[in-house]
Formats: sequence, structure tokens, C-alpha cells
Amino acid sequence: MDIRYSAEEIAFRDELRDWLSEVLPTLGDPPASDDWTARREWDTGWQRMLYDAGYAGINWPSEFGGRGSTPTEHLIFLEETTRMGAPYVGMNFVGQLHAGPTLILEATPEQRARHLPAMLKGEEVWCQGFSEPNAGSDLASLSTRAIRDGDHYVVTGQKIWTSFGHVADYCELLVRTDQEAPKHRGITWLICPMDLPGIEVRPITTVAGSSEFCEVFFDEVRIPVENRVGDENDGWRVAMVTFSFERGTAFISELLGTMNHLSEMADIARSISRNGSTAWDDDEIRREIGRLQAEYDALWALTKRVVSQAQRTGMPGPGGSVFKLYYADVKKRMADLAHRMLEREALVFGDEAGDEQTGGDMVASRLYVLSLSIAAGTSEIQRNIIGERILGLPKER
Amino acid sequence: MDFELSDDQVALCDGIWDLCQGRFDIDTVRGLADCGGVDRRLWGELADTGVFSLLVPEDQGGVGLGWAEAGLVFEQLGRALVPGPLVGTVLAAGVVDDAVVGLIERPIGPALVEYPDVIDALLVLDEDGVWRVDAADLSVEAAHSVDPLTPVGRVAVLPQGKQVAETHGWANRAVFLSSALQVGVATGARELAVAYAQERQQFGKPIGQFQAVKHKCADMYSREEVARAALYYAGCVMDSSEQGDISRAVSGARILAAEAADHNGKDCVQVHGGMGFTWEIDAHLYLKRAWALTPCFGSLDEHAERIANMVGADRLGLGASLG
Repeated sequence: MDIRYSAEEIAFRDELRDWLSEVLPTLGDPPASDDWTARREWDTGWQRMLYDAGYAGINWPSEFGGRGSTPTEHLIFLEETTRMGAPYVGMNFVGQLHAGPTLILEATPEQRARHLPAMLKGEEVWCQGFSEPNAGSDLASLSTRAIRDGDHYVVTGQKIWTSFGHVADYCELLVRTDQEAPKHRGITWLICPMDLPGIEVRPITTVAGSSEFCEVFFDEVRIPVENRVGDENDGWRVAMVTFSFERGTAFISELLGTMNHLSEMADIARSISRNGSTAWDDDEIRREIGRLQAEYDALWALTKRVVSQAQRTGMPGPGGSVFKLYYADVKKRMADLAHRMLEREALVFGDEAGDEQTGGDMVASRLYVLSLSIAAGTSEIQRNIIGERILGLPKER
Repeated sequence: MDFELSDDQVALCDGIWDLCQGRFDIDTVRGLADCGGVDRRLWGELADTGVFSLLVPEDQGGVGLGWAEAGLVFEQLGRALVPGPLVGTVLAAGVVDDAVVGLIERPIGPALVEYPDVIDALLVLDEDGVWRVDAADLSVEAAHSVDPLTPVGRVAVLPQGKQVAETHGWANRAVFLSSALQVGVATGARELAVAYAQERQQFGKPIGQFQAVKHKCADMYSREEVARAALYYAGCVMDSSEQGDISRAVSGARILAAEAADHNGKDCVQVHGGMGFTWEIDAHLYLKRAWALTPCFGSLDEHAERIANMVGADRLGLGASLG
């Protein structure tokens, strides 16, 4: 049990810091959140810079163009980029953390050669076509149908919660290829180019008023059979291979950003007037800040345990589900605390993100956190996973 | 970085857990309520195993392990509900020669002293030092303890005693070890609840098949794992203080461990239904131990305050881990 970074890990960190302090000042201001063309340029431009500097695909094996870093180096990468304010993975998320790793494990040499280098260079943006209106937590019941017609699958159906669907080049798509088989055994994983005829993408407006994700409609879309990854009807297994990766590292940057935000909240509490003193002099507010910090420190320690397990075994430990479940609740409490501090100022969004004094950031955050216990497996599904796979309690069905 | 247990640490945990199961099965533990919480023969076995000399350097006859390992050992003792003044006796090793040693923060008024009938000496911590009071010099009035395995007595006036150590660091060490016991208590309560949920049948099914019960068990496990991470982090920081702030790490571990033990104790009672409210079922023993361990060396609110006062001081709130 050693939480210290090794000499090699520190050397990796120092080199990364040097590079970041050199390039970050050249980036300019990030684009407005609703300017999707500019956002794509920003996210893919950053990916290209990572590629040129040798940091793209940090955790991908080197034979597939990645850096082949250890899980701990990956953690350090996320820690340092967040600490120094580098761009987030953004719309490269699915390609870098899900579709890419899936192709590495399951795709043909031709498919890998076609897509992996492009993902690493920021030349391809990917989205995920898994969930459907009637297949959410029960994902395996998905019904988007693919019928074989010569060298093509003809796909008809609807996907939902597809982040960046309106700017993506490719979609990792789960379709039903066997109507008769048990639900987990009739699914196939396809690479779907998003510019094929018959695809319609409609952005969904969230409770926060933004449109991060989309519905995607497929009307007899012809996808070449050579775009299939893995065997026909083996797509459920192909998709599950990388799900644990998603839970293992997806929230590291966000946790670190949240800890930074809590420090800002403490500063704001010290500056907000309240009953002749400041919000900081309210015992309940001050103690809740202390408790939240204790919980974030613990979640950061838990992250290091999960990463250490991944380093030893090659797979993230079950702590990923624990992390996601616990983090969603803590972050909701933090958003509620911000609103106790802001009082009537909590009625208005700020002029722009980061306008903490008027609480613009915090008002948007209180809405955003509602998604944390839903996206990437609801908290109820995480509890089933913990109860059944870790504690060995009997399955409901 | 390798923030997982080493092979030696796993062996240490297994060894202590085997000892607990062999010598401190739950019937034996319950029986200790009749002898003030400590049986000298069993206590001697803990001493012979090295439990009390864990932190004493090898050249002084101890085991020479670090705080991280001490935390692991105490976690297993808590999981088995081993009673007795474990924290005081470990911290007293190498300081005083007594075999069974209590530890208390000097109160302004009367004191509630734990295990009054079995301690040889009481170490009293105050701003000026750590003081040894001979048990024979304590005038103890009986009190009815909420935890049958943590007997307490009232002492109207604590004698000043003889100084045996400087104060610095003692409170953090006591809170750390006590938090380790609580992580173990949280684990034991969760294990008992899960075992019952697997075996108890209602509506023709094991109750653990129902999400209402399954999800409660999952929450118990989550609390325990997050508290364990905080505890292990605190142990690493105590062993090498450049890894973070000791007070912040220890206060964090205390808050999370105390709440995990309390909530898991209550959930363990709830999962057992009516039987959980009986003396016969062990659920209450975990909850009561959770409660008995919390009020020492600062309330949870005080620990939260201590952390709050460090928030904002460093931008990312990550302490020295960012170098």
C-alpha cells in the first residue's frame, strides 16, 4: 500500500507539466457552449495536439498507436491536465474511451487500420448508439432492427441519449440481427458512418436548456457487412468488454474539477454577506463544506485504489460502481449547499459559465447533477451490480 | 503508486482475522461483557501475537510496522467486535509498562472512563501532555453503558497523574485507530446483513432478491468502501507526511468511518426486521460499538470544521499529492 508516485511516474508527470505549460497559453478562449462547429474544432484540435506530443491514446497499447501508459500514468495525465486547466476530452470521449478500446480488442486489422489512427489524430468523432426509448436500463431488449441484404445490413429503428450525435462522423451501433434468439444473443455491433442516407439526428433539449445529446432515427440505412465488429449476434459481449473501462476512468477529471469547485465555494462563502457577517460564519454551511471535502478526498483515494487494481489485474476493480453511486449523491449535496449560500441569487443563471459570484456556474450545476445518477447506468442499476456481482445476492429474475 | 494491499499486508489481515475467529468468536465476545470487557488470558494472546507492540520498533522488542498496517489490524479487530481498551493499549506500548491501558481526553468536568474494572492504568491526554494515572487512584462510580461490550464508569475528578509523553500527535493517532475499528464494525455489520438477506425467506424468496433490501446492502458496501479508502489514505499519510496533511486525512477518515459504522449498524438492524430489535441477534452490538467509538477526541462536527478550515487554502484541494 504505497500512495507515492514512483520515480518513473514523477518523471512522466514533470515532462507532461512542462509540455502543458508550454502549449496551454497558446490555446486562446474556449468556444461558446452552443457553437457546435467551433466546439468540434476545439476538441479535435486539442486531440491533434495530444497526438503530435505523443499523449494521444494514453492508455491504448503502443502497437495500436497509443502511448501504452500504465493506469497510474493515465491517472496522472488526467490529474495534471485538469489541474492545469487543459481542455476536457469532450466529444472525443466515445472514440478515446469506448469505441477505440472496443476496436482494439475486437475489430479486424482492416477496421483498426481504418479508424484507430484517425481517432488518435482527432480526425474522427464517434458517438454511441446503444440506448433506445424502450431499452434503457434493460439495454439488451433493444429493438433497432438490422436485416441482412447481400453485403449490407438494412437498419431501421431509433437510438436516444446519443451525445454529440449531430457532429459525429461514426456511431458505435448496437442492432438486433436475430429476433428469435434470447435477447442477449441476437445483438450485433456495427460501425455506422453518420452520413449515410436514412439517418436523421434531432437534438434533445435537457432540463438545463442545453442540447448535449440527440435522438438518432434510422430509416432503412444500408450499412456494409464489413463494418461489423465481432460475429453476428455476438454484439452484446463485444459491447460489455469495454463497459468496465468506462466506469473505471470516466469520472476522474470531473472529480478533480469538482474538488477545485469546492475550494471556490469556500472562498465565495467567505465573501457572501449574511446577517451582518458572512455565509462562512453559518456553522451548517461551514461544516457541510468540511464534510464534502472529506468525502471528495475519500473518493480520490478510492479512485487510486481502483487504478491500482487495474494496474495489477489489467481490469478496473468493482470500485467503479461504488464510486459512481457515491459521487452522484455527494455532488447533489454540494449543489444544494451552493443554493443555500446563494439564496435568491439561485433564481438566475449567470451571464456565463464560471461567473461564480452571481452563482451562474452553480445554478447550472444544480441541474446538471440530476444526470449523474442516471447516465452510464442509473444508481439503481449500480446498486444491482454491487448487490449481485460483489455481494452475491440473488438476481431478481 | 500501488495503493492496494501488498502480499504481506494481505497475510497480516488474514492472520488477525483467523486469530479473531479462533479466539474471539461472537459467543466469546458476548461473554466478555461479564468480565468487564477484558479476559486477561485472551488479552495476553493478543499481546503475544504482537497486536499491542505493532508500532514499537523492532530494536525495542516490537513488531516495527507502520500506521497503514496498524489500521489494517484494527480494522479486523473491529470487524470481530473485539472489546477492550485496544487504542490506549497500543498507543501506550513503549511508553508505560502496564498490560491494559485506557486512554481519555481530560474533560473539564467529570469523566466517563471506559473499561474501568479491568484497566491497570489510564492515560490522560491534555494540552500539556500525556499523563499516567494508576487505576487504583481512580474513584469509579458504576454507570449503565449503552454498549454492553464497552463498560463505562463515572469518575468525578481525574487525578493529574504523572507525565509520560508530549501531547503532539496523540489525538490524531487515537482517532485513526478508532476509525479503523469503525471501518471494521461497518464491514462486520454489512456481512451479517448480507448473510441474513441471503438466507431469510419471505414471499417464497430470499429477501436479498428484493431490490429494497438488495439496494440497502449495496449502500452499506459503498459506505464501507469509501470509508476504507479514506482510512488507508490516512494510514499512508501518517507513515509519510509529505503525502498530505495528517489532520485533514485523519479527520476525513473519522467522519466517513463513524458514519459508515453508524448507518451500517442501523441498516443491519433493519434488514433483520423484528429479530434485529432483539438482544439475541448481533446487529445491535455493531451499532452500539459504532456509537461507543465516535465520541472521543473531537465530535464529527469538530472534525468537519477542521477540514473546512483547510478548504480553499490549496486550489485543487489535493494536498501534497500534487507536489
